[in-house]
Amino acid sequence: MADSMAPQMAQAAPGDVPGTTKRDFLMLTTAAFAAVGVGGIVWPFVSSMAPARDVLALASTEVDISPIAAGQSVTVMWRGKPVFVRNRTEEEVREARSVPMSELKDPATDESRVKRDNWLVVVGVCTHLGCVPLGQKPTDAKGDYNGWFCPCHGSHYDTSARIRRGPAPSNLLVPDYAFTSDTMIRIG
Amino acid sequence: MAIGLHDSEVKNPVLRWVDQRLPVITMLQKEYGTFPTPRNFNYFWNFGALAVITLVIMILTGVFLSMNYTAHTTLAFESVERIMRDVNYGWLMRYVHMNGASMFFIVVFIHIYRGMYYGSYKAPRELLWMLGVVIFLLMMATAFLGYVLPWGQMSFWGATVITNLFSAFPLIGPEIVTWLWGGFSVDNPTLNRFFSLHYLLPFVITGVVFLHVAALHVTGSNNPLGIEPKGPQDTLPFHPYYTIKDSVGMVAYFALFALLVFFMPNYLGHPDNYIPANPLVTPAHIVPEWYFLPFYAILRAVPDKLGGVLLMFGSILIWFALPWLDTSKVRSMRFRPIARIFFFLWVISFFVLMYVGGKPAEQPYVIIAQVATAYYFLWFLVILPLLGKYERTLPLPESIAAAVLGPRASTGGGPLPGAATAKPMEKA
Ligand code: HEM
Ligand code: FES
Repeated sequence: MADSMAPQMAQAAPGDVPGTTKRDFLMLTTAAFAAVGVGGIVWPFVSSMAPARDVLALASTEVDISPIAAGQSVTVMWRGKPVFVRNRTEEEVREARSVPMSELKDPATDESRVKRDNWLVVVGVCTHLGCVPLGQKPTDAKGDYNGWFCPCHGSHYDTSARIRRGPAPSNLLVPDYAFTSDTMIRIG
Repeated sequence: MAIGLHDSEVKNPVLRWVDQRLPVITMLQKEYGTFPTPRNFNYFWNFGALAVITLVIMILTGVFLSMNYTAHTTLAFESVERIMRDVNYGWLMRYVHMNGASMFFIVVFIHIYRGMYYGSYKAPRELLWMLGVVIFLLMMATAFLGYVLPWGQMSFWGATVITNLFSAFPLIGPEIVTWLWGGFSVDNPTLNRFFSLHYLLPFVITGVVFLHVAALHVTGSNNPLGIEPKGPQDTLPFHPYYTIKDSVGMVAYFALFALLVFFMPNYLGHPDNYIPANPLVTPAHIVPEWYFLPFYAILRAVPDKLGGVLLMFGSILIWFALPWLDTSKVRSMRFRPIARIFFFLWVISFFVLMYVGGKPAEQPYVIIAQVATAYYFLWFLVILPLLGKYERTLPLPESIAAAVLGPRASTGGGPLPGAATAKPMEKA
């Protein structure tokens, strides 16, 4: 209440914005310092919930791909998530490459998603809400595009693990990986 | 009476000594003894008290479960099994806690429908209503966090799907999810923080319940007629009239509760949650707990990820705006012949959503969910605002007493409602 009377009583120095007082300045600087202080106190709490150093340091995963015959897949764990490694048949590769980009919800060529034509490596986590899609086992439902099918809310992925139908917004993610030899890959 | 002491009317000298210094007894007497309460409550007015009792039961069983529960991914499932098999009465604690969550939601859903039907959210009770919506949101969070703790398949995949909802937000979505998890998937850090928060939130709920009840004691209760009490002939003292009526409801409630706990403890649960969590295999058909199904159905009704998430949150947040969306002067649907029909349709749409939310995401369920979702929002955003303008409501009774007693209205009566506000609680 006292502040509202201050403008009439304060003598504005020449060059000052009329109506502002030294008290306004003090109020604003105090508020600004308080805000920075509160932020500084809150931050450690917020930050403590982010992944800790040991979690970040989780090693990469090595996979021996020699036992995977054409048409077969394996699932490996990487950072607590499944990764699908699939040795695709020629038929599947052809299928993936013959799709016009205009038909894709998240356009990406098959070539841009693989390092070697037949080997597809993707994180097996549906980009909708994180379920593991079916399609790794020969007996699984593979969906309408012969790749993977997420049973949670019905997302269909093709043989390049691109989203074709359903609520998922994007293709299954291709993780960072490299062929360390002809029969080994390292993920991460 | 010494200066600075409260002028207590308590007779017992020890209690009086306390009451003079901290007038809790005076307050209880005023707020729960003589508190003037509309004389025409029906049994729908039991559900607030039932909700409070359930909250107490949840905290009590929760604290004792925590004494034997271990929040670690390698031990959580087994520690719950140990509670079930080895801990004395552990099975009872867990089944009461598990089914208590369901009972809590049954009670609160009815409590909310009650408020909607009798227009309890209208002025001057808007804030009271909004605090209720806050409680409901906190309850949903608490129940979700709790369901993750036993670390079964549904725990794990429920946690995965629900936390992933936040990934729908543009730009920062994925970062938020990583932050919520404390890692790159739902894992041990996630379980730990969920336990911490599951322990905390019920006490936050208790705080908001306190505010909710404090606000209630400022405005007084609404009643089935939706008209304010005008004098002592319209009210009864809370005790013994409503302490007794609440007790009757409580006995019936405990009977139903006991039926669930002792005869069908797993009826409302999902058998897959007795399979330990496996991050590599999603159960063929994941469903949330039944009380989340209507909202889950709204999520799935929208083919777009962000759209679905926004609509799902919106379906509850819209309750906050209800006092302003409904512009009718008449509170109780008893006097709103048209609104009443549309409201019943809304309740049906809620149950239809609950049904399809538990079904696979395929036709015809998807289209049914879409129709029901459309109606859910249509009611709030179009029908209700229009009815406020165009509906011809029925004539309101002159007073509560006139309506419930007829010609005998002038005889008998309770305390004046004015007495409640004349001496505000903080000065008591
Ligand atoms: C608003 C009140 C609460 C609700 C709605 C609630 C809900 C739940 C639910 C749905 C579960 C899963 C039950 C199961 O399927 O096994 C659960 C588990 C658990 N809750 Fe709560 N809870 C509440 C309060 C509390 C409190 C206050 C505590 C501790 C002080 C607590 C401690 C636990 C523990 C240790 C478990 C794991 C054991 C188990 O799964 O049975 N809860 N809670
Ligand atoms: S999580 Fe895969 S479709 Fe929703």
